[in-house]
Amino acid sequence: MESIYIIATATFIAMSCGLLGAFLILRKMAMLGDAISHAVLPGIVIAFLISGSRTNIVMLIGASIVGILSTIIIELLHKKARLQEDASIGITFTWLFAIGVILISSLTSQIDLDQDCVLYGEIAYVPLDLWISEGGLNLGPRSLWISGGLFIVVLSYIIIAYKGLKLSSFNPDYALALGISTGIWHFSFMAMVSLTTVISFESVGAILVVALMIAPAAAAYLLNSSLKPMLLTTLLFGFLSSVGGYYLALLINGSIAGAIASVAGCIFLLCFIYSLAIKNRVKPKGLVLKET
Amino acid sequence: MDLILDFFSFKNPNVVIVSLGLIFLGLSSAIVGSFTFLRKNSLVGDAIAHAILPGIALAFMITQSKNPFYLMIGALISGWLAMISIDLISQKSKLKNDTAIGLVLSVFFGVGILLLTSIQHSGASNQAGLDSFLFGKAASMSIADIKAYSWVASILLLCVLVMYKEFKLLCFNSEFAQISGLPVKSLRIVLSSLTVLAIAIGIQSVGVVLMAALLITPSAAARAWTEKLSHMILFAGLAGALSGLTGAFISFSAPSMPTGPWIVVCLSLFALFSLFFAPKRGVLAKVAQQKKNKKKIITENLMKVFYHHFERTADLSMAENQIGSERKFKHSDLDLAIRIAQKEDLLIYIGSRLKMSQKGFVEAQRIVRLHRLWEMYLTQKMRLKADHIHPNAETIEHIISPEIEELLLKDLGYPEFDPHESPIPYPI
Repeated sequence: MESIYIIATATFIAMSCGLLGAFLILRKMAMLGDAISHAVLPGIVIAFLISGSRTNIVMLIGASIVGILSTIIIELLHKKARLQEDASIGITFTWLFAIGVILISSLTSQIDLDQDCVLYGEIAYVPLDLWISEGGLNLGPRSLWISGGLFIVVLSYIIIAYKGLKLSSFNPDYALALGISTGIWHFSFMAMVSLTTVISFESVGAILVVALMIAPAAAAYLLNSSLKPMLLTTLLFGFLSSVGGYYLALLINGSIAGAIASVAGCIFLLCFIYSLAIKNRVKPKGLVLKET
Repeated sequence: MDLILDFFSFKNPNVVIVSLGLIFLGLSSAIVGSFTFLRKNSLVGDAIAHAILPGIALAFMITQSKNPFYLMIGALISGWLAMISIDLISQKSKLKNDTAIGLVLSVFFGVGILLLTSIQHSGASNQAGLDSFLFGKAASMSIADIKAYSWVASILLLCVLVMYKEFKLLCFNSEFAQISGLPVKSLRIVLSSLTVLAIAIGIQSVGVVLMAALLITPSAAARAWTEKLSHMILFAGLAGALSGLTGAFISFSAPSMPTGPWIVVCLSLFALFSLFFAPKRGVLAKVAQQKKNKKKIITENLMKVFYHHFERTADLSMAENQIGSERKFKHSDLDLAIRIAQKEDLLIYIGSRLKMSQKGFVEAQRIVRLHRLWEMYLTQKMRLKADHIHPNAETIEHIISPEIEELLLKDLGYPEFDPHESPIPYPI
């Protein structure tokens, strides 16, 4: 039963991350996702400090505001201080992440968080934290409910925002001409990425959440040429990575989150090799414009 | 206070060694980082830093020792592998560069975490301290470590010094470097290898997660202060070295604190300070400049209104409420412009009317002259139609310097009328 709880939690998280990751890739914002995942750390620490628990949803939503804030800081550094974009991203997230780590180590007595958890989460402890209702009914692990809820939220967001996100990702000018506000979709999307990072944080840590966002979606992107099948493939890869990662971690007695990222990487590698093989077999006919 | 004195007296030999080691690390990564920064490659540095982790873990698993030499070889190999993977993915597939970076970063790091936790759980007796690579821990460095890293740093600095000119060309104009017959491809490989090397030793002080800061942040700060590459590198190196000293002080005064994050926070504060307050390139300097320009422009526009009015009515003065009907000003801008013009004796109040002074008249003539001269230039030399040129002249009139005015006058042969048949005013 324990393994099912862990795999289910991991799957929900991997699927939520994957759905958003697909759009991160399409919008060429993969590194912004990476930056957000690091930058939310101080927000999470403060939220934990105030609420005293890890599972206060309101506090977690508050923490995710820090993620949105970091994208604003990046934009300001880039536009106002004329710092090139890669450096703006690099400075902002290292800075916020460093503050988070310092907060953790100076507040060790007050909060139940440690540096290792920051890096790779504690998904193995999922079955230990049970949600017992007031009537004494055992409803199963709390994290499973939270990650399930997250998946529902992300899925409904993607369904509602599908058209707007799709258009503003592929052709922002056309979207603007149709009267679709690209700003709203950009902002709400960043908010979802931020929220997902914060909620996944406890299970998989700040850095591996990036692997879950990018690897399955990138692999799916290589195999598909239209959006809907790409999203479905991403979901499948997220599931496969979670299952494979869990058993790999059991096999060599390591971190489950690390193993999930490794398996996701292997899936990507296979897809990459497959796409290379396909490309070499099908020779392009005539003139082909190369994308730069 | 005692602590600070204790530290900076450098009586404790351990303090000296750790300080020197960290200064070397900060210096070398900042200097190599300047080039990655200029090539807009900073995030690749971040990815390589994360990707070094599995190399270190594997090197430990194979050799079962924490000899810095073995660990560094492992780090170099996996750092290299990461860099090649990024290139390969972004060149051979339809994935973009940023996706490739994020992918390699997180997956390599995941593998590293998997191996590291596996080592920890296996209970190998000498594995303790391997996780200090995550956030860096200066205090855990041995003298042998520091010696090794200082050597590497010296070699690194020497390479940069010897190939300074080539790297400079590579960063600013790689096409030109190619044409000049420089081996661009090999140079790029050398620079990348130096970067991997600098990262491999730099993670000792701040750890893999925050290594990007040691590469990027000093350069970003230095860039705000100077336009010259050699100055920028020196400045970045200095910032890096100072951050190393800070790190040494923190690991001395608060051994339980993670050194890396503190170094990064100090560096970032310094960079933010630079980005805001540096003269010329800082945000504040730019805002001040913009304000100054705006004041100049609205005042000049106000004087133009007076001159145009004078041309039509031969009256040097105007009522304040007349101005708005001649040209649209924002209310606050108009007040400000009048105040400035008064302060500079361009306009004088006569009763309730504003009148151009002698000085004001000359100034107004100058602006109108520049406007009309530029219009002449656009029609005569640029062959633009007379009805297309006004908006452009509206902006250029504020920028033309006396030298350029002189050139324009000579080039156009001191014309009497502009393309719209209005006379061009000259001082008497």
